[in-house]
Amino acid sequence: MKRESLNRELLHRDSDSRVTIQRITPEKSRGTVVAGVSPAMPQRRVVGTNVADTAAATGFCRLVAALGLIIAIEAVLMLPARANLFQGMLVISPLNSLFMVVCLVLAFLTILLASREIPNHGEYLAIILLATIGLLLLVSSEELLMIFIGLELTGLSLYLMTAFDKTDIRSAEAGLKYFLFGSTASAFTLFGLSLIYGMVGTTSLAAIAEGLAGQSLSPLLFAGIVMTLVGFAFKIAAAPFHLWAPDAYQGAPVSSAAFIASGSKVASFVVLGKIVLIGFGPVHGSADWHAMVAGWSPVLAVLAAFSILIGNLVALVQTNLRRLLAYSAVAHAGYTLLGIIAGGREGFSATLFYTTIYAFTLIGAFGVVAVVRRETGGDDLQNFAGLRARSPLLVGCMAVFMLSLAGLPPFAGFFGKFYLFSAAFRAGANHGLLWLVALALFGSLISLYYYLIVLKVIFQTQGAETRSLSSLAENGLSRLTIAFAAAIVLFLGIAPQFLVARILAALP
Amino acid sequence: MIAWTIYITFGGAVLLLFLPRAFSRWIALLITTATFAISLATFFCHDLDLAHFTTIVRVPWVPALGMNYHLAVDGISLTLVLVTSITAVSSVLFSWDIANPASGGQLLPSGNNSPYESASRSSWATEPVDAIGCPPGAKRVDQRPNEFFFWLLLIAGSSFGVFLSADLFLLFVFYELVIVPKYFLIAIWGSTNKEYGAMKLTLYSFFGGALVFIGIIAAYVSAGSLDLKELAQFRFTPQLQAWAFPILFLGFAVLAGIWPLHTWAPTGHVAAPTAGSMLLAGIVMKLGAYGGLRVAMNLFPQGFQMWSSWIAILAVIGIVYAAAVALRQRDLKFVIGYSSVSHMGFVLLGLATANVLGVSGAVLQMFSHGLIGALLFAVAGRMIYRRTHTRDLDELSLMELNRALPFAAFVFVIASAASMGIPGFSGFAAEITILIGVWKTFPIAVWITGAGMVLVAAFTLRALKRSFFDTALEEGQNVKRVTTPKAFASRPLNREALEPITVPEKLGAVLLMFGTLAIGIYPKFLLDRIQPAVEAMRFLAR
Repeated sequence: MKRESLNRELLHRDSDSRVTIQRITPEKSRGTVVAGVSPAMPQRRVVGTNVADTAAATGFCRLVAALGLIIAIEAVLMLPARANLFQGMLVISPLNSLFMVVCLVLAFLTILLASREIPNHGEYLAIILLATIGLLLLVSSEELLMIFIGLELTGLSLYLMTAFDKTDIRSAEAGLKYFLFGSTASAFTLFGLSLIYGMVGTTSLAAIAEGLAGQSLSPLLFAGIVMTLVGFAFKIAAAPFHLWAPDAYQGAPVSSAAFIASGSKVASFVVLGKIVLIGFGPVHGSADWHAMVAGWSPVLAVLAAFSILIGNLVALVQTNLRRLLAYSAVAHAGYTLLGIIAGGREGFSATLFYTTIYAFTLIGAFGVVAVVRRETGGDDLQNFAGLRARSPLLVGCMAVFMLSLAGLPPFAGFFGKFYLFSAAFRAGANHGLLWLVALALFGSLISLYYYLIVLKVIFQTQGAETRSLSSLAENGLSRLTIAFAAAIVLFLGIAPQFLVARILAALP
Repeated sequence: MIAWTIYITFGGAVLLLFLPRAFSRWIALLITTATFAISLATFFCHDLDLAHFTTIVRVPWVPALGMNYHLAVDGISLTLVLVTSITAVSSVLFSWDIANPASGGQLLPSGNNSPYESASRSSWATEPVDAIGCPPGAKRVDQRPNEFFFWLLLIAGSSFGVFLSADLFLLFVFYELVIVPKYFLIAIWGSTNKEYGAMKLTLYSFFGGALVFIGIIAAYVSAGSLDLKELAQFRFTPQLQAWAFPILFLGFAVLAGIWPLHTWAPTGHVAAPTAGSMLLAGIVMKLGAYGGLRVAMNLFPQGFQMWSSWIAILAVIGIVYAAAVALRQRDLKFVIGYSSVSHMGFVLLGLATANVLGVSGAVLQMFSHGLIGALLFAVAGRMIYRRTHTRDLDELSLMELNRALPFAAFVFVIASAASMGIPGFSGFAAEITILIGVWKTFPIAVWITGAGMVLVAAFTLRALKRSFFDTALEEGQNVKRVTTPKAFASRPLNREALEPITVPEKLGAVLLMFGTLAIGIYPKFLLDRIQPAVEAMRFLAR
């Protein structure tokens, strides 16, 4: 009884929230024009709710959204190599363009994975696109105000995407948690940024670096830095600011979770790296063992150490694959931070490489989760039992993703870890970061256990009966997407040069 | 040409996934035989300089980080490639009827056969899974031969890769590539306590890999290069060598079964399917020893000098301890598993001597144990266990297997003799070379090792007698019956029901026996190629 009334209440709210979403969408279309995306995005399909519910309209919506993203990728590729708009609010550089393309590709894959069973499909896709615009702003800005606007735009869209499944109470819970944590973290970031603005009187990253160059680390400045970092630690789900992640990953619609884990993470790491390495460069500090100097790097080092330990240890006991992926995401955030802590061109490029391949891995893994969930009705580990007998392709791809996450060759995760850890080892006087590298290796050792458990369940046992509800065509598209992600992970493992050379060329 | 061993093995592995499973064993046999032919042909190819690490292929791979696809070969690598290919061929032959659905359930005994099986339920994930799909006692019909041979070829191909790599990163890639196939071979096709054994082995290997990783990064960051030939010329600071060498060597030695990090070996060997144990004992343990020699010792000679006596101490403890433990085992495969640890102790002891004889002997011992270990596991796992469904020495002792399986008895006698170090077999040639080397460096170790060799002979003879030649019990001596499990009483052995030894089994056994005999009689064939290569290394105490 209680549950029913709750559902009714949710449905009741449903009509309210739809109104707000409809109000947002026209702005989104204008936003796409600004970002150089297809101006032909029809507003009508989103407004007409009944039309969008039919299968043909859903397919049409996806087609339009996907086409828009492809055109956007084309547009990014046609941008000039370097440009600076509105005093650094929007900066076009090889690095920014590269990661705009990465974000767009990730959004494209997310749209392909989005389940047709999601109601109000047009709205959902529109919010994904809106979040994508936020990511593009984040990636392409080198100015604090614009970065904050990008953060908020992405964040608000992701809260909506998380809570989008109104028939599932978990989704509502996840959305609420994500929203509360996220808005608190945003407030911290804004406060931190305002403190820094107060000290240096500018919002441009390069100018902040100049302003900070002569200064010693005053308590006020340190407070500003720490508060800024808190907001980003939340974004990348670094412990102890990770508490929203398991619920969001588990409760959100699968494609939303995939986007949170991939696109949002890539953009956050790019912008975090830019802020600390460019803006806060002069107050680097040192995270070397026995020689710590106050600054942002020891703060990040502590976050990384916590993330690696907590993420891996808690992931050991998970029985739900999405929760397991969430905790492993916490651990991976810790590994990825190593590159930023190491700093310099090599460290930052290692971070960028790792976060990119990690995003593709997780999109693929969530794709497998989406297919299995559709077929068996759940995403606990048991639901994956006997998958090998049903779909060798999915199992092969899942093996690629899990082994890449564990850091085994010949997959991209192996090279990524090598690159990351060797960069961290090289940085610092007298191999001072060895303690973090050793900790990260220890974490990888733990992680191998639970990734192997996942693979064991998939490979070994005959399993749960199939509930074939979905149409074959949709699975076909999902399968294609998953196979594409697996191919990227394998390709970047065998030929990492492809991406490394581009990142290194783009970094100054 | 030798580089093709890698390519055709990996190519064949991928091909297996796309062809009908009826062909899989033939393809696997064809590929492994081809690698054997290639490595043997390279031995007789005189225009190759085996005294130095000679580059075969060198292509830029990740120029931004100085990584090359760089393969090279010398006498040591070639010897190990040869033993890998021989073991691979015979392990395919010993898994010949895995592709035959008629004999399906026998490789995967149902839980009620083995007294150890119940322990495998401890893992948290098995219970819900088994509750859904696989009720205990169910026999799987599908043996998935193409997957089996896929993993098997991956192990062989990666091992070729490790032995031929001349780039540190490439070597590490191949080294880590072995981990996953081992896990699946054991976890899917294994027997006693397979999930525990597979996970333990994998985590130990990965732990070793993590240590190696730190050592490799240390070498890479200080020297700015990953090329093994360049690194072998580079002078690392003594401070770096002092801490990087033990980490790197220990990381590799985990896989070589150094005491006290050896415990994965018996558990893993016992849990693995026959071909898996053969590859583990025959090849995978050698990867660790080879890595220690080629990378750790050759890169950090001063570090090696500081730590060599510690390695020798651990190796001697390993030899004696493992032999003593083997003496008390009831499971035949555990006996052989501990004997592997004991024999690999000789390899580590030989490496620790840092003179030409000791190190050459160690390489020869790697070759020799590759064949003997594989042969012993083939008899225990394939010829005996698959037919009698028990490896318990007390049960076997009642079966008079020497009459039921005379060929198996013959092979086991040969293998035991070789394992004990009887002159005429390769084990003798290798161990005597090592001990002469040891005498020059650590004379006291020879005495202790001598005692260890007596123990080796003792447990080998005990296993041999209990498994094949125990006839005394039939005359009503009830003394030992007390220790036999009750299960046996209800399962009297019908001697005629035992399936005779098949032709592929005979072929595989003959191949391995021929190898160990040939090298035992004429060790110069290998030593002539190993010694110059060892002399070219820079760690030698002159």
